[in-house]
Amino acid sequence: MTPFEAWISFYTIVRKDVVRIVRIWPQTFLPAVVTSVLYFLIFGTVLGSRIGEFQGVAFLSFVVPGLVMMAVVTNAFSNVAFVMFSSKFFARNIDEILVSPTPPFVIVAGFVAGGVTRGVLVGLLVFLTSIPFAGLSIHSLPVVLLFLVLTSLALSLGGLINGIHAQSIDGINIIPTFVLTPLVYLGGVFYSIEILPGFWQGVTHANPIFFVVDGFRYGFLGISDTPILVSTGVLLAGCALLSLIAWYEIRSGLRLKQ
Amino acid sequence: MASPETIAKADRFSGGAAWQETRGSGEPALVVRELRKVYDGGTEALKGVSFDMPAGDFLALLGPNGAGKTTVIGILTGLVHKTSGTVAVFGEDIDRNHQAARRHIGVVPQELNFNIFERVIDIVVNQAGYYGIPRSTALPRAERLLEQLSLHDKRNERSRNLSGGMKRRLMIARALIHQPRLLILDEPTAGVDVELRRGMWDFLRQLTAGGTTILMTTHYLEEAEQLARHVAIINRGTIIADGTVKGILSRLHSEVVTVELVEEKAEAAAAVVHAFRPKLVEPGVLDIEIDSKATVGTAVAALEAAGIGVKMVRSKSGRLEEVFMRLTSGGAA
Repeated sequence: MTPFEAWISFYTIVRKDVVRIVRIWPQTFLPAVVTSVLYFLIFGTVLGSRIGEFQGVAFLSFVVPGLVMMAVVTNAFSNVAFVMFSSKFFARNIDEILVSPTPPFVIVAGFVAGGVTRGVLVGLLVFLTSIPFAGLSIHSLPVVLLFLVLTSLALSLGGLINGIHAQSIDGINIIPTFVLTPLVYLGGVFYSIEILPGFWQGVTHANPIFFVVDGFRYGFLGISDTPILVSTGVLLAGCALLSLIAWYEIRSGLRLKQ
Repeated sequence: MASPETIAKADRFSGGAAWQETRGSGEPALVVRELRKVYDGGTEALKGVSFDMPAGDFLALLGPNGAGKTTVIGILTGLVHKTSGTVAVFGEDIDRNHQAARRHIGVVPQELNFNIFERVIDIVVNQAGYYGIPRSTALPRAERLLEQLSLHDKRNERSRNLSGGMKRRLMIARALIHQPRLLILDEPTAGVDVELRRGMWDFLRQLTAGGTTILMTTHYLEEAEQLARHVAIINRGTIIADGTVKGILSRLHSEVVTVELVEEKAEAAAAVVHAFRPKLVEPGVLDIEIDSKATVGTAVAALEAAGIGVKMVRSKSGRLEEVFMRLTSGGAA
């Protein structure tokens, strides 16, 4: 395939998914907005004043980056996991792409771009929803955008790998429920790890979601538990590793070809 | 009468030359050599399948369920990993130049495999996109194809709203959108009504007249007789016969005809034409075998001489089916 043809194929995969995401917006965008409004009401209006400040900022402002990231993580992951799983398991329409000359890296990029699109859009919506509650405060827009895109990318790749391996619908629900959600909640969405005992601070550093939330929070508030370069490095390394795995699995036809 | 083994040995691919004699010397559209497939569970689906197709050919790949037809197609289209062997599509090796090889192939699978929530036109146009064809080029092409396949008025419908026959036609339109030189159809008319089947036959005839090479698997042997120039019969993972339809049928060396008598005297008639290996069908009907040394006229004359009137003589249809049954039930390999 020429680069132009590869671009057309990539665009086709992405366009198809984005059309789907927008068409079913009550399922793709609305839940994240409704959930975050509830969080903002509870942590802003009900509990916020009693909790006070965290690292020198109001509690609600402290948790906004974490809540945005929580929505980004779950939406980017679930989007790609569902699309890959359903296209190989239900309609078997993944064959439409597999019989074509589209190279494996384009297939990976196309599926992942759909997840990144949803992750970024959901993140922006949740952020916009937070403004009436927490006000507008951005320390570094480039860092915010970098973490928004890289997090969506990493989780979309994870979702793609999950979708490839899943053998049943349970297979794409287990990881988000029993792995991602605990990692998000224990990744510093609602607190700074400096309040944890030393041992648990160390354990938290084994949680990749911690670096995602911490770096994103730095972009908003200019405060972090770990240097921003470390968080960025962890995220980039995660993206690179997951990209390689996803590319290898699509190329080898793992669980997609006989 | 030729035994299954004789037919198989006479027709089996033997390195290219013999095949070219029967199929002409056109550019090879498909060259399959010693294709083997062993599935993870240990099932050996293909045991060294070899065949060629010149450009413009129409080959019907026949075989009972589980013979290996769909595995062959899966390997050609890249959906099944082969264990060993080689495949070249218009000279492009499917391993070394898989992108180029795939451009030449359009596939209509046995099972429906499109997103039922997508619109008909989107399914076809998106497929073009996967081949690197821009929407501006694909849209008018898709409109034309849907028109030809009588789906144009359904182009904006969600595909789940189509009837079974329409869904099959949609898969044909999708397979043709990138203008492949080799169209592969896996049981394209399975479960469709007679009228639709005839319509599809006409469409496939038009395609092949326009130069498209077609490889089709089918259970309907009448379909193979009607459409195909060549037939390959696969059984238990091995090609047991291949050649022109005429060539394979001629190897029967005999043909069964049905004789309808004026009166119900089939038993008496059978005694008169015992040399023709008669089989009683009804009290007034019997089947007789005419081999290369005899004629129908001899049998009719003998009956008339014995005072048994003959009302009608007709050729028994389904001769290809007869060859097929002999080969596959005999387990020739």
